Amino acid sequence: MAKLEQQFKDIMRWVDDRLPVTETYEKHMSKYYAPKNFNLWYIFGVLSFVVLVNQLLTGIWLTMSYTPTGDGAFKSIEYIMRDVEYGWLLRYMHSTGASAFFVVVYLHMFRGLMYGSYQKPRELIWVFGMLIYLALMAEGFFGYLLPWGNMSYWGAQVIVSLAGAIPVVGDSLAVWVRGDFNMSGITLNRFFALHVVAVPIVLLVLVVLHILALHEVGSNNPDGVDIKKHLDEDGKPLDGIPFHPYYTIGHDVPAIIMFLIVFSAVMFFFPDGGGYLLEHPNFEPADPLKTPNLIAPVWYYTPYYSMLRAATFPLFGMTAKFWGLVVMAGAIAILFVVPWLDKSPVKSMRYKGLPSKMFLTVFVICFFILGYLGTVHPTPMRTIIAQICTAIYFAYFLLMPWYTSVEKTKPVPDRVT
Amino acid sequence: MLKTILIPLTLLLAAVGVQASEAGYPLDHMEPDVHDQPSLQRGMQTYMNYCMGCHSLQYQRYKRTGDDLGIPDALMLEHLVFDPETKVGDLITNNMSTENAKKWFGAAPPDLTLHNNLKGGPDWIYTYLRTFYADSKRPLGVNNLVFENVGMPHALLDLQGTQNFVCKQVPRLAANGGDMRDSLTNEYITEELCGNELVERGYSPLELIEGSGSLNVAEYDQVVYDLANFLYYMAEPARLERTRVGWYVLLFLAFFYVFAWLLGREYHKAFHK
Repeated sequence: MAKLEQQFKDIMRWVDDRLPVTETYEKHMSKYYAPKNFNLWYIFGVLSFVVLVNQLLTGIWLTMSYTPTGDGAFKSIEYIMRDVEYGWLLRYMHSTGASAFFVVVYLHMFRGLMYGSYQKPRELIWVFGMLIYLALMAEGFFGYLLPWGNMSYWGAQVIVSLAGAIPVVGDSLAVWVRGDFNMSGITLNRFFALHVVAVPIVLLVLVVLHILALHEVGSNNPDGVDIKKHLDEDGKPLDGIPFHPYYTIGHDVPAIIMFLIVFSAVMFFFPDGGGYLLEHPNFEPADPLKTPNLIAPVWYYTPYYSMLRAATFPLFGMTAKFWGLVVMAGAIAILFVVPWLDKSPVKSMRYKGLPSKMFLTVFVICFFILGYLGTVHPTPMRTIIAQICTAIYFAYFLLMPWYTSVEKTKPVPDRVT
Repeated sequence: MLKTILIPLTLLLAAVGVQASEAGYPLDHMEPDVHDQPSLQRGMQTYMNYCMGCHSLQYQRYKRTGDDLGIPDALMLEHLVFDPETKVGDLITNNMSTENAKKWFGAAPPDLTLHNNLKGGPDWIYTYLRTFYADSKRPLGVNNLVFENVGMPHALLDLQGTQNFVCKQVPRLAANGGDMRDSLTNEYITEELCGNELVERGYSPLELIEGSGSLNVAEYDQVVYDLANFLYYMAEPARLERTRVGWYVLLFLAFFYVFAWLLGREYHKAFHK
């Protein structure tokens, strides 16, 4: 046994002299000190990673049986569902995984907003995170066209034609994106290339940057206190514990299994999620002559889709559609600058004042309302509600420098609670 | 903070409503059962005899269907496959060209492999096939309550018989929402209602001409039930395996969770001491 251990040590030394394996492992796992007061909200980063791996693996296997052509795409999906061994499982893991990805990412982002995880010195972590979110939205959008169902077709048609609202270059831009004058097999082919090669590479690079930036400055925590201020005689944070094994085994593994239980319950028993995860019109092949009764994007885009539709009047000589595009793009863009909008001396919502708490609560409620409105037909009343919620969405961010600087904050403890 | 998320989410899920057809006619409910093999077999038999000529099931193979429904290959080829060139591993396609179909019916009959997922599920098919009625204004002499001005003939007319769209004498609505009765004789006070008024009161506006079909009402309903059940299976043959495997996966994960939690607890103890 001792001999075997010695052999292993020798091999590791040989490798470490040439590649810093042990050093990297220690820096990011066994000697990465995470605050000991993490709560349930801190699981969604790990879960995002689990879902990412799920999407990559199932995606690779789906690619093996999928045909990226206008004639073959829809048929090949049904081939996967019926003739490929466990093809249905791969596809449902992928389609449910797409929704699960957004669930965990939204909760992860909410955690960041709640505990001020974007504040100095974690601005870059937040910005990389937002880039991941953006890449994820692109990935979801390109992927949604691939089944080549009627909702795939019309959903993509609506979003790509948005480019047409941009003055002067709009129409040519839309043609350039589609590679055709209409959505066609050519568009499907390029979306396939982007979905399975380009965007995943970008995503993986961003995930690495997100984690590297996090491990450089260390994790925030529900109290928003800096654990590096109080070190023991070895220079280790008194309120920190090694990420591995304490968080990995003590915290993450049970949580991942719990997540998988919920995920499996949905995937095995409600894979279409009542039409929210797999939309009903997508069970017939793309038909350029047959517009679905209601074109609604999948749930994770619907808040922004509501904002797009909330712009109903032209302004300054520009069409309502153009302003809808501006509002939608602005709603995503504004998330990037949150670290510089928050002027509060404290990080966590626990110690912020009432205005911050109220704004965040109303913001979340509005995000849900917008999400719901994006799934239904607009009516005059619904449009007004969407407009109010859009205004609140922007107010949450634009008024943040004001309410975070004037509100009375509570004293932050010196150590984690 | 969790509440701010859970409450709207619950409301959102509650908003998933009850189905009605495009024409607004309320759908009759049927409970599909993919484990009821005799029902699925009868459904396939009806499908092959009455529907297949126009409606293909082009994404599914005979072999797979036979395996799931418990129909041996030889029996399938003998009784349910009408083209001698067709092999048991072939897709369930027919020979109707889209061009001809458009000429004959105004629109090509859709493939029905995934039909169940498109409209109101099995309820839609179940109600649709029971609500054809004679309408001399239509080119094929029939119309439908669920799918107004449909281009399809009533393919099961021989079985069901002819239904007429009629006005009926029904009890008047009392102030309390019940049926109105004469206070002396206790007999219903009736009025004549037609069309949508009947539907709103929960009565069918259709009346079957007795003896015009080869089956009675209960037998015909069973035939349509089996057919709707078969199409429910057809939309997702993996449903059988999916739910079966699903329970094993959940059981395994639950079992695994107990041990993962116990192990996790030991680490928790270590860092919270």
